[in-house]
Parts: sequence; structure tokens; C-alpha cells
Amino acid sequence: MSKEIKIRKGANIKLKGAAEKLYTNPANVSEIVLKPGDFPTLIPKLIAKVGDKVKAGTPLFFDKENDKIKFTSPISGEVTEINRAEKRRIVEIKVKADGQNSFESFKQADPSSLSKEEVLENLLKSGVWPLIRQRPYDVIANPNDKPKAIHITALDTAPLAPDYGFIVHGQAEIFQLGLNALAKLTEGKVHLNVNGNDNPDEVFTNAKNVQINRVSGPHPAGNVGIQAHHIDPVNKGEVIWTLRALDVLTIGRLFKEGKYDASRTVAFVGSKVKSPKYVRTVLGANISDIINGNVEEGGRYISGNPLTGTQISENGHLGYYDYQLSVIPEGGNNQFFGWIAPGFDKFSLSRTFFSWLTPNKEYDLNTNMNGEERAFVMTGEYEKVFPMDIYPVYLLKAMITEDIDNMEKLGVYEVAPEDFALCEYGCTSKIETQKVVREALNLVKKECS
Amino acid sequence: MEALEKFMQKIKPKADGKFPIAHTVWDGMYTFLFVPGHTSHNGTHIKDGIDLKRTMIMVVLALVPALLFGIYNVGHQHFLALGEVALGDNVCSMFWDKFIYGAIQVLPIVIVSYAAGLGVEFIFAAVKKHAIHEGFLVSGMLIPLIMPVDVPLWMVAVATIFAVVIGKEVFGGTGMNVVNVALVARAFLFFAYPTKMSGDQVWVSLGDGKAVDGFSGATPLGNAVQGGVEAIPSMMESIIGFIPGSIGETSVIAIGLGALILVITGIGSLRIMLSMCVGGLLTGLAFNALGTSVYSQVPALHHLMLGGFAFGAVFMATDPVTASQTNIGKIVYGLFIGMMAILIRVANPAYPEGVMLAILLGNVFAPLIDNMVVSANIKKRLKRIKTA
Repeated sequence: MSKEIKIRKGANIKLKGAAEKLYTNPANVSEIVLKPGDFPTLIPKLIAKVGDKVKAGTPLFFDKENDKIKFTSPISGEVTEINRAEKRRIVEIKVKADGQNSFESFKQADPSSLSKEEVLENLLKSGVWPLIRQRPYDVIANPNDKPKAIHITALDTAPLAPDYGFIVHGQAEIFQLGLNALAKLTEGKVHLNVNGNDNPDEVFTNAKNVQINRVSGPHPAGNVGIQAHHIDPVNKGEVIWTLRALDVLTIGRLFKEGKYDASRTVAFVGSKVKSPKYVRTVLGANISDIINGNVEEGGRYISGNPLTGTQISENGHLGYYDYQLSVIPEGGNNQFFGWIAPGFDKFSLSRTFFSWLTPNKEYDLNTNMNGEERAFVMTGEYEKVFPMDIYPVYLLKAMITEDIDNMEKLGVYEVAPEDFALCEYGCTSKIETQKVVREALNLVKKECS
Repeated sequence: MEALEKFMQKIKPKADGKFPIAHTVWDGMYTFLFVPGHTSHNGTHIKDGIDLKRTMIMVVLALVPALLFGIYNVGHQHFLALGEVALGDNVCSMFWDKFIYGAIQVLPIVIVSYAAGLGVEFIFAAVKKHAIHEGFLVSGMLIPLIMPVDVPLWMVAVATIFAVVIGKEVFGGTGMNVVNVALVARAFLFFAYPTKMSGDQVWVSLGDGKAVDGFSGATPLGNAVQGGVEAIPSMMESIIGFIPGSIGETSVIAIGLGALILVITGIGSLRIMLSMCVGGLLTGLAFNALGTSVYSQVPALHHLMLGGFAFGAVFMATDPVTASQTNIGKIVYGLFIGMMAILIRVANPAYPEGVMLAILLGNVFAPLIDNMVVSANIKKRLKRIKTA
């Protein structure tokens, strides 16, 4: 039994520099970095030391709260740096590649023939586990939970996002193995939410062991939380696990080959990229290997998409959950009477700029704030782009005042920061909603679990 | 523009200098001239072009037709009262005379309103050490437009200062106020100086001239109380707006142009505008059916064209800060104000206009309305747990 889900609220931000459906030569991976900061609320405990020789799949650190959750090296090489910040917080663990491609070996079998415990153990030991996240709190899933469902999103509607269908094309067998593994982990359903706007790739439509739902509509239709809200919402006391279809490939490869293969395909996009294409690289790779002279001066490097991604330097590294490297123009110029100019080149969710007359134009947006932070004044802005049956402003106000009781009532268990990204984009008052949501989720997790 | 930017940077006073207000004023001027090139670092890297200044300036633009028409109408009424033009004449005769006379009467009120209000805002910003917030850009224009033309300038200043301090700053400034700032200004004057805010002496500016015999400066609604329904101008006259009244509120056409701008840009809530009209219309129809007093005989549709109803519906009730915030709440809120406005108008013998009070009342009830809407959503979520 599948579902048709039509998302009506939201907006697609059309940016210049979408990736052509072509691969550039595979990027040479010289080093990788794991950033514990990519995992909210995680307190890492180190296993590796500087100078250790590691293989792909050798654990580097684990979660202090749950030592079964291990983070392993995506490549084989040598741990060269462990960088810390204030209070000795670990910021980066760097592994230099040795070019040997040696792997730790894990269980190699069709997960359908394994027990739930065996599947779980294989995922945890190999370090693939952190790819699976959970609602509530949008953190790494707790393997001790019994999720009521697992939701896999097979579409990404964020600006310049990679086409998942293009990446998984031709990998039906691996994808199915991944799905089989996930099916073992829940007594409920595994939902595969595919693109209803156009024809999804046959790897998705032919998938078995899952319920296929077709999701159509503008961004944030591709957010797994939005999909889950419409298919089977999370209530207080329930847990769902979420992941992206591309992560399923990593799980599939683990069971097919018995090794942690952290390679991934990344969309290298943005108006500052000379020829935006797809690149084959590895989780946490140094982006200078990917850039390879293919960008123009004056860009901002973002691991992820321009709405939810993280700013990195041109020597920085891809984030754990990112399948996209965006380079957009850096702002910083003062705009003379910018607030009253006609603004043909500014994309706005409101119609106060004449750009609303050209809905299909692609924009070259920079990183200017376009204004200063103010109190909540305008109403109805968030509701226009927030496709959940939740009152976003009321929820945010409860979050700002740290009113956990009201947060629960207003639906805090269903949301993640990414669901508020468009609200933050279109906010007249320039309020950092994603930060508010993240901090509130951390608080609720600390107090209630 | 670079030269201007350099100049502004050169005269920049220190934020922690001897006169903190100097920096506040400079910052206000600078951000008025330039949208600062701050860039985002956390959260979304790209941002919508909109900011509060642009939102506010759109409302001011939407008010311009009403302002221009108001200026002209002040002149028109003046020369009509003096007998220099007659009712039957082309309304465009003596065009520039009327416009210039109107401008001389109206612009000082606008200037005083902005000077007094921004003065207060600058002082508060300096004391509280934050940037100037743009809310008063709109309030400063709304206040003159809902004043009678003969209001003394000092009263405008006092009312504006009262409204900004008591109506807004005590609650925390722009975005925090409970009731509409401009309406506070008008309500203040209405209760503090009733002789200057109602009756038949204040709506038409006579200047030094002497009115012709038989002239009445009352608004149509005032006329209705005294002279019955027949004294009210026709529906067409009320729509076009060459009648006595507050400066900006007489022409439904000019207000309609503003409404169009607000609705197209998405800044004004069409829900509130429409539901307020529906509320007013229904109440008017109910009174028509009862027909007890003279005043209840005014046709329901005509009610919407008279007095401050249209102006209130488009520019006052839709104020995003003081209106209901939820979409369903907005509809209830509009209906409530529309009904109350006509109810006060018809049922209250002492006060021929009800829109201002109705909106203030609506402002007070708006959080309650929202609370009910949000509670319904909460209940729905709780129910889901039980059935699951």
C-alpha cells in the first residue's frame, strides 16, 4: 500500500550552477577529517591516537553515552592530527590516506538471512550506524530503541541538491541489500519516499521489502521529517529512524562486500563553480582535491546546500551527512538604498521585489543578510513555507523561552532544524530559526530522555 | 555612492562615546542609506532580499494614494466651505489652489508626527543601546491620516509621543506592542481633547476665511446622527471621497489602491480585510432588518464606505503585530472587528464612528483568538496519541 503525498506549501529556490548529470574524474582523496561537531549532542571519546595506522573501518572514537556507537575511519592511512578547541573539545580527527585501500573485514551476507541482532552488530561495528538518524531530536539513532517505522527519502529538494536517482542508477542490488538490512531493524514499515514530481529511477520503483510513497511538491518536500509527518507522524514517546537513499548504498555495500566503503558521490555545484558536475569521493574528504581549479575567485565554500550547509574553508572537509559541495558568491557589499531598489536580482518569498514576475529565473544569490535582525513582526511568512500541521512561530517562541511543556504540545518531536531552513531564509526579521530549533532539541533531549 | 559611504564612515561617532544618541542617529541614517553588507555565517547562507525596512516602506507607499487624495480633499473642502467652488463645479477646478492649500495644512501634521515619534524612538534606541527599529515609518504616516485637519500641531506631537511611549516602547518596542500605535494616538486625543477630535468644527479647514451660510463641517456619520439618513452623501460620493472626514480616510478608491499594493506584495492580510468587511456587512444587514433607529437604516454596504471603515480595514486591522497571527484567527479577528465597528456606530448614541474602538478592542482580543486556534491544534495532536 503506497501513499501519494502532495506538499503545497514551500518554495523552490532556483540558483545558478546546478550540476550537469555527468561525473568528473574521481577525486584523488589525500586525507579525510571526521568532525564530531557534525553530530549534535554527541560527546566523543577517542580511541585512536596521533600516529596510529588505521584501515577503513578501524574505530577512531565512540559515543560516550552509548559505547556501541563507533565512528570508524572512512579510508586507510595514518591519524595525523587531533584538533581540539576550548575545554579540550575535539573538533577534528584527521586521517592521511596511505593509498593502500585496506579494509577491516565485517560480516558479509544478505541481511535477509541474518537476525536483527547480527544486522545491528554489523552496522554498529563497521561505523555505518551514525548514518541512521532519529526523530525526535534529529540525532544519531539509539540502537536500543524500537522504532515504529524507518523513513528513507529518495529525493532532495534543497537548492542545487544532487539527484539521488542519478547517483543510485544501476546499483539496484546494493540498494536492495541495504533495504533488507533496514527492514530487519523495525517491526513497523520501511518507507521509501520517492520523487512524485517526475519519474523516479527504477532502482527506487523496483525496490522490494518497503512501502513506496510518492512525494511531490516544492522544497521542503524532500525533507524526511516533512514526509514522515504526512505519512505517519511521530507522537510523544515514539521514535522513527530516518536516512537518505544514498546512505542506504553504504549499508548495502557493507553487507555485499563485508567492508566499510565510505565512498560517496557528491554534487559539486554553485554559480562560482566553472563546470558543476558530480564527483566521486569519500566521506569527509578534503575539498581542495575536489575543487581542483574548477572554481572562480570570491566564493564561499559550503559543505551541504546553501540553506542548511556549513561554511568551510577552501581547504576544509566535507561534513559527515553532506552529499553536496556548494560554492556561491560571498557578499559583504553595502547596498545603497537596497531596501527600496526594485530588486530584479533578489529572490524573495514575498512579492515586494519585482523578481516575483519572473518565477522561473535562476538567481545568483550571495551571502548578504539583506537586513538586520528584528523582533517577529510579520505574520504568516513561516506558515507559507512550513508544510506541517504545526504552528511554527508558536513553536519557536516556546523554544526561545525554553518552555518544554509547550514545545511538546506544539510538536517539537516532529521537527528538525532543516525543516525550518526556508522559514529562516524568508524571515523578514532575520531570526536564526535553525539555531533556535537545534538548541531547543538539545535541551529537550537533555531534560526528557 | 562610494564617496557618500566614505563620508558617512568618516563622521561615524563612537558607540560608547559621550553622546550615545549621536551613534544611534548615525546608525539610523547609515542603515537608511545603505543596507549593510553583513553576511550570514550560521544557518542559511543565502537570505531573502526582504527586511523590515522594505516591508515598512511598502506600507508607506500603499498609504501615498490616500495621503495625496487627503491633501487634495482638504483643499477642496476648504474652498467649498468658503463658497469659492460650488458642489456642482468640476472637482478639478482650482486644482493647484486646492492641492497647495491642502499641502500647507497636511504636511506640517506629517512632519510633526514623524519628528515627535522618531525623536522618541531615537532616544529609546540610544538608552537601550539597540538599532533604530523601523516600526515608526508606518505609524508616523498613519497618525496624520487619521487626524481631523484642524487638529493643533502640538496635540499631534503630544499624542504621538504618548502613543510611542505608552503604546509601544513600554512593551519593548517595535514588534512587541499590544495595540496599534497610531490608534493609541487617536484614542488619546479623542478622550483627552474631545472638542478638537469630534463635532462639526474640526473636519474642514476654514483657515482665516468665513464659511458660507448653511455650511456644516460635520462628517457624514455626524450628519446622520443629527439629520437622518438623507443627510448622508450618496454611495458614489463616499467611494470617491470628496466629503469631510479624517485626512486620509474619505476616499475608498485611494484606500483601495493601497489595499491592492498590500495584497499583491503579500504584506497586508487579505483575510483580515475581507472578513472585516463581511463582519460589517452582516451586522449592517441585521440592523437594516431591525430598523429601529434612524441610523440603523443606513444600507449595510454603504456603512463600509463611510467613515474610517475602509481605512481601518486596510491599514489598521491588518497591522501584523497587533492582529491575530494564525490564519484562522485572522478571519475570526476580522469578523469581530467588522461587527463591533458597526455595532458601536449604530448602537452608541454619543459616538458616530466605531472603527477605531472596534480595532483597539480587536487588538486586545487577538491573542485570545490565537490561543483558541493553537489550543485546537494541540488537542488534535494529543488525540493522535490516544488513537495510535
